[in-house]
Amino acid sequence: MKRMTIAVALVAASAFSGTALAQAKEQFVPANFYWVGPYAPGGSGFGGGIIDFMMMINERDGGVNGVKLTWDKCETEYNNARGVECYERQKNKGPTGATVVHPLSTGITYSILEKATADKIPVISMGYGRTDASDGRVFPYIFPLITNYWSQNTAKIKFIGQKEGGMDKLKGKKIVNLYHDSAYGKETIPVLDVQAKKYGFQVTHIAVPHPGNEQQSQWLQIRQIRPDWVILRGWGVMNPTAIKTAARTGFPREKMLGVWWSGAEEDVIPAGDAAKGYYAAAFNLPGTQHPVMKDILKYVYGKGKGEFTDKSRIGSIYHTRGVVAGIITVEAIRTAQAKFGKGKPITGEQMQWGIENLNLDAKRLKELGATDLMQPLKVSCKDHEGGGAVKFMQWDGRAWKVVSDWIPSDQSIVRPMIEESAAQYAKEKGIKPRDC
Amino acid sequence: MLYREAGQFKSTYAADQQIFPIRQDRIAVTLLLLVAFIGVPLFANEYWLSAILVPFLIFALAALGLNILTGYAGQLSLGTAAFMAVGAFMAYNFVLRMPWLGVIPSFILAGLCASAVGIVFGLPSLRIKGFYLAVATLACQFFVLWAIQRIGWFTNNSSTGVITAQTIEILGHTFDTPQSKYLLTLGIVAVLALLAKNLMRSETGRAFMAVRDMDVAASVIGIPMMKTKLLAFAISSFYCGVAGAMYAYTYLGTVEPEAFTLDLSFRILFMIIIGGVGSILGSFLGAAFITLLPIFLNVFFGALSHTFGLDISHAIVSNIELMIFGGLIIFFLIVEPHGLARLWQIAKEKLRLWPFPH
Amino acid sequence: MNVSFFFEVLIGGLLAGVMYSLVALGFVLIYKASGVFNFAQGAMVFLAALTFVSLLERGVNFWLALGVTLAVMVVLGMAIERVVLRPLVNQPPITLFMATIGLTFVLEGLSQAVWGSQPHGLELGIADVPMQWLADSTGMFISQFDLIASGVAAVLVAALALFFQYTRVGRALRAVADDHQAALAVGIPLKNIWAIVWAVAGFVALVAGMLWGARNGVQYALTFIALKALPVLILGGFESILGAIVGGLIIGASEKLAEVYLGPMVGGGIESWFAYVIALLFLLVRPQGLFGEKIIDRV
Repeated sequence: MKRMTIAVALVAASAFSGTALAQAKEQFVPANFYWVGPYAPGGSGFGGGIIDFMMMINERDGGVNGVKLTWDKCETEYNNARGVECYERQKNKGPTGATVVHPLSTGITYSILEKATADKIPVISMGYGRTDASDGRVFPYIFPLITNYWSQNTAKIKFIGQKEGGMDKLKGKKIVNLYHDSAYGKETIPVLDVQAKKYGFQVTHIAVPHPGNEQQSQWLQIRQIRPDWVILRGWGVMNPTAIKTAARTGFPREKMLGVWWSGAEEDVIPAGDAAKGYYAAAFNLPGTQHPVMKDILKYVYGKGKGEFTDKSRIGSIYHTRGVVAGIITVEAIRTAQAKFGKGKPITGEQMQWGIENLNLDAKRLKELGATDLMQPLKVSCKDHEGGGAVKFMQWDGRAWKVVSDWIPSDQSIVRPMIEESAAQYAKEKGIKPRDC
Repeated sequence: MLYREAGQFKSTYAADQQIFPIRQDRIAVTLLLLVAFIGVPLFANEYWLSAILVPFLIFALAALGLNILTGYAGQLSLGTAAFMAVGAFMAYNFVLRMPWLGVIPSFILAGLCASAVGIVFGLPSLRIKGFYLAVATLACQFFVLWAIQRIGWFTNNSSTGVITAQTIEILGHTFDTPQSKYLLTLGIVAVLALLAKNLMRSETGRAFMAVRDMDVAASVIGIPMMKTKLLAFAISSFYCGVAGAMYAYTYLGTVEPEAFTLDLSFRILFMIIIGGVGSILGSFLGAAFITLLPIFLNVFFGALSHTFGLDISHAIVSNIELMIFGGLIIFFLIVEPHGLARLWQIAKEKLRLWPFPH
Repeated sequence: MNVSFFFEVLIGGLLAGVMYSLVALGFVLIYKASGVFNFAQGAMVFLAALTFVSLLERGVNFWLALGVTLAVMVVLGMAIERVVLRPLVNQPPITLFMATIGLTFVLEGLSQAVWGSQPHGLELGIADVPMQWLADSTGMFISQFDLIASGVAAVLVAALALFFQYTRVGRALRAVADDHQAALAVGIPLKNIWAIVWAVAGFVALVAGMLWGARNGVQYALTFIALKALPVLILGGFESILGAIVGGLIIGASEKLAEVYLGPMVGGGIESWFAYVIALLFLLVRPQGLFGEKIIDRV
């Protein structure tokens, strides 16, 4: 017993001291995700994707220009306090510290925003997090890459316009915004109001209290409003419940449009047949047909490695989303290495430059074998979003079918709102925006 | 041998009634405070300070607040997180709208606001008892969060309901390093813990305990029921409110109302039950157990799989951590149903006799 | 005001209330028999539903899966009695409550470690769509799934009430609830009784898990339905089966009506706290819950 206690203490002490054996040719990327709790499907899927991709790069190319990628997993439980602990635990690991952090939670992104800026460690909040951080002048280290919530929302309205037969047809239409009653859920209320004014449709915001496993009254309200479309802004169990309750109250699922956090297999499978015909937004597409996914199957799963024991999850929405995060991470490292020295591990500060100068055009995507897995992306010092287009998918009862092209967002609405909101933050915190 | 009170004579009432009547206790507490105030900031790294010690201290303070209400006055509360939310958001508003006030007075005012809310939701305790009383505090828990999300004033009309705490400045000194934030937190917690320790030895504390042990009997011997119960709610909420303000200011910096969910209330309740109901020390031990153990397990299993190259799916490891955490809670309850504080007490008694047990 | 809409909200609320009652029943059973507020009930619902659905997906026959899951829940109940409760006989309720919290973590970890964290759909063969003839004749949309769920709840309550009232074991359960030591003194085998009641609670958890799982899918969030049962329990009284049902109906109906008619005036989302305020108002009149046992203080 005593000997065991000592052993436990020793192992723990060596881990707590936080000094991994530093080797010069390594690039450390923290894997702070969640494998337990209500949101484990998202956390383990996304985490699995990014790790699978990094493993593939190590196996296939021997790392980025010879620099091996390393990672350590840390369980955040989708809990802000645990997320901060993981961030602090991981930030000094590896020869150059944490390269970049993917918090995978809007709450954790908010909690580490200032710390990461002070520590000069970039935070990539891909498709979540603080929308106004797209203004890179005020938030140099925060990257809500690909598409933020507001941009996505303008694309959604465009998609609805397409379905209705033109943006002018939106006039007089009724849209209900059914949102999770949290910071995440409320994020799109202002932009929807602006669009409602611009296009002349009526928008009603209906809150669903957390966790959203009972929505009878919300859907009765919706039935009374008789909207033309319902935008679902849910998370976790709220999604299948909304779809099911829509079926119970006779609302057509072909008129329901979900945010991308309502659009994974895990959100529709529990709803069963009720989910047939339901639309959802996506900034990454599912499937294993892309060359990069084939490489993951070949170099990672083919060698008996890989994150999933359940092979059916390979190529799911969350998995490919993680792969996209991996592509962005690795490509940004590559970009930074090109400037600061090929084959050398880069620091967080250099990584910030790398992300800011990331340019994934169609040609590069083809080289990476990720055409159609994601959209081209060009980040700049001013624009920390980079892409801004969204595709839409429809659930056919078995799989997601892509039903639209990349629909670009309406930056004429979004950008001024972002700049205004960022400027207010800068004023409150006394930040002097960078010149870009 | 070392821990023996024989030969320590008290010649005055004051000496007899001091907080720590045994000399060794006084030395130990002084040493502990010295280490906490001087040693730790000198030697601990940023990870320990800002990710482990600061949240531990804040949760310990919240647990202390709940312990005053539940452990000493016997009123069950499941609304701790709501009182913390009131503290956090009111502190933000005081600093925002009355910047001349200073941070510490803002914290105190925020605590008092939490007290006011506590008194309102404590009123049903005059009629409802035991587990049923939980409903009043549960109503408080959900109502307060709802109100903070709905009424724009609380969050300065932030569209998402997220607030960013202002920089802490006291007497021209800016608290922005992990060391200074830790010291500020520690200072506040130490002062409030000392106050609580004293309060519980006073007439008020004894009245609380009388109400807890049997409220009918207490009212028969002339303890005013209304005043005592509401005072317990007020003091407890004050502690929780200050803890909430520090949660926003010295710990996370940015908070959303959802940070203060029922989950957090339950966690703090776990802390006092594991630590010891009706014990100041227990609040600290419980907070340490509940906040540090999951992290320890995570680190431990991470290191284990590194050293031995274990090839188990991480999802299973995470779930095993959860099971061990739950298992340890049950284990400690079976070993000592009265909490960790009681274990400490037993250890102390053993220590008195050591090494010659009769 | 539209009358048929009002009735639709009311009926929808009552039916939702029945679903809450189903979960509350499990709490009541254990509280009645052992005076423990079983925080782990939500985790038990989750474990039962997840085991059942995972077996189904592996091609096990429906009834066999049901039988196996039931067996698992019974074994689990006995194991809990042996490992957790027996060492804690005669401890204060708060300690037992805390032990069930530890149990919650163990059960959640166990179910996900064994079956994984992926959500599952569950099809019981009852269509969850509005009944067409009712919609045509009155304009009200009522799902037949809800009606069947209420039927199941009614049968369950009747069976449990009979069990408690008229069987030897049922009476022994009530004796144990009153006083552990006195029950032991008159020769009631405490450990068997506890094992039985936890097994029965496991069965109730399985029923609740199947119905809720068919509704929202079987996933971790099933544990959250315990929260929905909390105001129901407090309103109905912790030790009354009838209270769980009546409480569920009152909470369900009032929270839906409030959300639909009052909600829009104050920004919506009031469901989260309205149930507790209703429960609080009832308690101010009857401090031991609607059907709870009156406690008489003696000095």
